[in-house]
Amino acid sequence: MNEITSTQPMSNAKPEKPVKETPKELGKTKPDERVKNRSSFRQALIRPELGGICGTILVFLFFLLTASDSGMFSAAGVMNWSVVSSQFIIIAVGACLLMIAGEFDLSVGSMIGFSGMSIALLSVVFGLPMWVAIIATFILCMAIGALSGWLVIKTGLPSFIVTLAFLFILRGLTIFAAISTTNKTIVGGIKDAAEGDWLAPVFGGKVFTGLFQWMGDNGWIETFERGFKKGQPVVEGIPMLMVWAVILLVFAHWLLTKTKFGNWIFASGGNAQAATYVGVPVNRVKILMFMFTAFCACVFATSQVIEFGSAGADRGLLKEFEAIISVVIGGALLTGGYGSVIGAALGAIIFGVVQQGLFFAGVESSLFRVFLGAILLFAVILNTYIRRMITGEK
Amino acid sequence: MSEPIIEMKKIEKHFGSVIALSGVSLKVMAGECLCLLGDNGAGKSTFIKTMAGVHKPSVGEIYFEGKEMDFDCPRDAINAGIATVYQDLAMIPLMSVARNFFMGNEPTKKIAGISFFDHKLANEVTMREMKSMGIHLRSADQAIGTLSGGERQTVAIARAVHFGAKVLILDEPTSALGVRQTANVLATIDKVRKRGIAVVFITHNVRHALAVGDRFTVLNRGHTLGTAKRGEITSEELQNLMAGGATLATIEGSLAGTI
Repeated sequence: MNEITSTQPMSNAKPEKPVKETPKELGKTKPDERVKNRSSFRQALIRPELGGICGTILVFLFFLLTASDSGMFSAAGVMNWSVVSSQFIIIAVGACLLMIAGEFDLSVGSMIGFSGMSIALLSVVFGLPMWVAIIATFILCMAIGALSGWLVIKTGLPSFIVTLAFLFILRGLTIFAAISTTNKTIVGGIKDAAEGDWLAPVFGGKVFTGLFQWMGDNGWIETFERGFKKGQPVVEGIPMLMVWAVILLVFAHWLLTKTKFGNWIFASGGNAQAATYVGVPVNRVKILMFMFTAFCACVFATSQVIEFGSAGADRGLLKEFEAIISVVIGGALLTGGYGSVIGAALGAIIFGVVQQGLFFAGVESSLFRVFLGAILLFAVILNTYIRRMITGEK
Repeated sequence: MSEPIIEMKKIEKHFGSVIALSGVSLKVMAGECLCLLGDNGAGKSTFIKTMAGVHKPSVGEIYFEGKEMDFDCPRDAINAGIATVYQDLAMIPLMSVARNFFMGNEPTKKIAGISFFDHKLANEVTMREMKSMGIHLRSADQAIGTLSGGERQTVAIARAVHFGAKVLILDEPTSALGVRQTANVLATIDKVRKRGIAVVFITHNVRHALAVGDRFTVLNRGHTLGTAKRGEITSEELQNLMAGGATLATIEGSLAGTI
């Protein structure tokens, strides 16, 4: 009896032994027989930005063929669509990081209107110095961003619902504040209030004006031929809006791909439960990303307000969708955990170039939406295919 | 080997009026693989969750390396050196193997005062650790989604081992795997044990348990039915114990004549 029981497990364990050895052999021969060799070209293609890159090339080809003689690619034309693209980049960068962290913010557009109005009212109506108004607005907006993030986490509701509520709350508050203090929905006089302020030029100024003047003097770029601006270049310099777009783009790309925190953003969006289990502070990551999105909206609004010299209660309408579309064209996954800031920026460039390019090409502007919808569909289908290749689903 | 690395003494766990565990005691030595067997509802999951700091025991003591421990959250247990690989794996399919491997423990290097995620080091370490577990990756950049279930399980185990686990708890790692993948995971368990790490292997597959286990503890309805050493017990006996102990054995005995 005793002998039988002691030999039994041995005989039971024996058949397992050869099985245990096989995977080792399999492992060694695997690179040869089980894994297809991927060419480095194909390897380079499989990246989230591919849809965005293809879209950008297509869009530029299209406009080079149809609108090359319309001035779209002259200095003034380039500046025209670059500024619009930069606006989209600023909000897309924030939306991109937030979406990768697994959340949405539908209140971006209302936040733009709200923060613009906040700056205008604080500086023009309440007479605060412009820099105080700007800094106070930034703090207020980021606090609202943190509040919506906190609500999403505490209630466990989808961010879609929570930020949809903020879309209405902020827009309503903006109109209410404007009407009750000034009886108007557009508040002007910001140019005067910003006069001589040290912070306003950081958002509304232009850089490299000397360089552009020099290029104009040399006849490399267009200059005004008549009027009081005679001899000055049509494009005076690089607006700070574009500088902000580049700064935010570089910062967000660095944060996402090159830092520890970037890994946490991916992890929080990919699987919050798994991330929490290995010690990633998921809640903190998500709230910070809501605050960053609010920060981006605020940069957009401040630049716009200083540039236009007025704030309107209806500013930023539908901007949240434009930001989300840019991000999705750029290859990010709506459910989070996957995406690229560079892709989102390319999506924003596509958006800006198409919007302004159709005007240059003399196409009926209502076709803009058709074109945009087609690009969105094309990019998303391509991105889905790329993602399948990455995960090896197909 | 003489001192147990972790000892659970008369652990009881009550959920409201339900007594999930009623006095389970267990010792695990470094470098051994203890198999915890039991049918569904036997209390295996509750027991290992108590060990991993997810549940606090209602009654009973946990001694880790001779000291009494009181875990408030899973993080405490992980910091002490008790790592758990759950069935859902804690892996993110769209992220690269290296990013998953270092999730929550990212290596950084400082360039000009700014800290960067050290991708080069992360990739090197991941490749090395996976190689030592017998998995040859094409590159550490490939997404976890491209790996098979067994390989993902191995990444999770390798990750726990790399970050200094002294006790590795595996919650039914083979239950959802095919034959070859199971063999792969069992081979990994064997490698981990040989590094001097205590492995607690939860399963209800007797064959898998007998393949790698040094000792076998059977749980049934919140009680231990005893612990047997390798070679002291047959697969049939284990099977019977799991399926309800003596009751089934007698039924089988009475059926044996008729069938």
